[in-house]
Amino acid sequence: MRHILSILLENEAGALSRVVGLFSARAYNIDSLTVSTTEDPTLSRMTIVTHGSDEVIEQITKQLNKLIEVVKVIDLNESDHIEREMMLIKVRATGKDREEMKRMADIFRGRIIDVTEKTYTIELTGTSDKLGAFIEAIDRSVILETVRTGASGIGRGERILKI
Amino acid sequence: MQISGAEILVRSLQEEGVEFVFGYPGGAVLEIYDAIFRQQQFKHVLVRHEQAAVHAADAYSRSCDKVGVALVTSGPGATNAVTGIATAYMDSVPMVVISGQVSTPAIGLDAFQEVDMVGITRPCVKHNFLVKDINELASTIKKAFYIAATGRPGPVVVDVPKDVTQQLAEFHYPESVSIRSYVPVTRGHPGQIKKAASLLAEAKRPYIYVGGGAVQGGASAEVTELVKMLGVPCTNTLMGLGAYPGDDRQFLGMLGMHGTYEANMAMQYCDVLIAVGARFDDRVISVPSHFLSQPKKIVHIDIDPSSIAKRVKVDVPIVGDVKHVLRDLIDLMKQNGQRPDAANLAGWWKQIEQWRSYNSLLYTPSTEFIKPQSVVQKLYEITGGDAIITSDVGQHQMWAAQYYPFKRPKQWLNSGGLGTMGFGLPAAIGAQLANPNAQVACITGEGSIQMNIQELSTAKQYHTPVKVIALNNRYLGMVRQWQEFFYGTRYAESYMDALPDFVGIAEAYGHVGMKIENPADVEGALREAFSPALKERLVFMDFRTDQSENVFPMIQNGKGLDQMDLPPHMRELQIAPFENNRDYGNMC
Repeated sequence: MRHILSILLENEAGALSRVVGLFSARAYNIDSLTVSTTEDPTLSRMTIVTHGSDEVIEQITKQLNKLIEVVKVIDLNESDHIEREMMLIKVRATGKDREEMKRMADIFRGRIIDVTEKTYTIELTGTSDKLGAFIEAIDRSVILETVRTGASGIGRGERILKI
Repeated sequence: MQISGAEILVRSLQEEGVEFVFGYPGGAVLEIYDAIFRQQQFKHVLVRHEQAAVHAADAYSRSCDKVGVALVTSGPGATNAVTGIATAYMDSVPMVVISGQVSTPAIGLDAFQEVDMVGITRPCVKHNFLVKDINELASTIKKAFYIAATGRPGPVVVDVPKDVTQQLAEFHYPESVSIRSYVPVTRGHPGQIKKAASLLAEAKRPYIYVGGGAVQGGASAEVTELVKMLGVPCTNTLMGLGAYPGDDRQFLGMLGMHGTYEANMAMQYCDVLIAVGARFDDRVISVPSHFLSQPKKIVHIDIDPSSIAKRVKVDVPIVGDVKHVLRDLIDLMKQNGQRPDAANLAGWWKQIEQWRSYNSLLYTPSTEFIKPQSVVQKLYEITGGDAIITSDVGQHQMWAAQYYPFKRPKQWLNSGGLGTMGFGLPAAIGAQLANPNAQVACITGEGSIQMNIQELSTAKQYHTPVKVIALNNRYLGMVRQWQEFFYGTRYAESYMDALPDFVGIAEAYGHVGMKIENPADVEGALREAFSPALKERLVFMDFRTDQSENVFPMIQNGKGLDQMDLPPHMRELQIAPFENNRDYGNMC
């Protein structure tokens, strides 16, 4: 099952590689990973999307907590949460595709952020599923390149991950 | 006053009360060695290979209650240390390993003797540091010792670039340390302890399974008290040997792949299992599904939450320091007068005694060949069961574990987790330095000993009179045993041809060498080696043992705890299968 883990860790050199190394050494999966500093510059916040049985997810959480630089780990799946991912997708926009791409971007509430004679670059934000749906919805042959950030997640309401 | 980084490092080690640093000098650590030269507070032990420095520091720590310290240079010095670090990591040994590094401006430029030590050791350390700022050197050393020794212990690497050792700064050693992201638990949850007490009190076939966590956690007294108070059977893992006295009737022997029949059968057929600082690893319970096919309630006490429910789901997890948790459990059961039902327990013991009566460690004596088991038994007799025993890895290691009933914790030092050949001799040196008045023996094989035989030189330099008991069967014995059982007796590369003259080697290093080929000479030779005349000497004993001897019982890969390969004398027996519904009350 897909799980989305939120991790608060010390913003120190090497902390990221400890997390990534743990996943590869213990043969856990990483579907996506995002990380950046928080409002407190000594802390980083990481979101990892992974999948595995409940037992595997429990081990992943425990092993992450064992890393000295990890301050806190929560499995966002345990209660209500919101997740967003951003995608930049560059498409061929010529002839009838030019109008079609504009229309599809609008339907998915994407924004065209770069326009050339032959291309559009569309910025699209949403759940990972929604970004996937957009790729499915357009003609594959017009896609020139895609860049996805991976999901970032946050708990709803009063559920807060903080020291 | 400003002092150099090297002096800061040395002063920090002094502040930590370090007695011995095991190491080997080189370019990147010259400054540190110079600072060591100019002080008297701790001693440096020069090994002959960095791997041995780490094993010696590791065994020093295992055999006393201090953090071991090793010091190696950058590049090859650092990579040579890695096997030792991984060995300590697998067995949760508190250690600080200081490695030199090339100067900070050279890092990443493929400089001479540069290696990414922090990167290489990341998966086999509890934590590691690269110190880039001299002002963080002292506090990093403080943190390293704190992290190594608290929680589930483990090795910590501190990588120190050469320029940092040369720069100048004020020295302030922090009095205390607090790391917001690292707060080890000590006390167990009272509610969980209450559940454990109830399970034990209701148990019909209780069993206490004790691992290395009880040794490292100093919980031997509590383990013994609990087992004695309840009158229940107890087993130790390879790493746990000595946590409960091996010569006591309530001890069923070691369990696992080469455990006794009674220890393994009890593990399979108990109904309430208390796991203390043990981790249900593959060499202990073999296949989890088979182990759990016999219904049982499991209480798991461990300081490391990730050890719990890793291979086996448990009913009552208790995260905490085993010593504290057992203390609370004992006090609670005393207070409530909780005890397992006496009639049930008597029935369980009757079954266990039946299993024990088969004597699964029996072997056929010989007047022609030296039986390796008999050497260990004689060693036990002659040392009064009191010696600190180190071992290497293989058949001799299992025979040492089976035939030397350890009386106390920290008496048995072996590489249980990683299974590192070459551990035994440097470990014996480290243990002897930590325990100058103890008898220390290294039980080894002719294969393992050659992996770090150069340490005979270190032993000479530091006058560590350890006794090397080499069970020499001219085979990599455990490999040969597996090849006999599983590879149609095709002994691929397990025969050791062109063995050296070990007596000559021992003598060349300045020690005493003995070659023992006749079973009748075993006792006399051992008596001589441990006699007052040779008290100050390292004695290398080359026992030419029976080449065909195998370690029994044995659980093959994929088999369960009650599916052991039994020693020859047990194969003809008609052993009734265990009946879960047998009325134990009536059996008394």
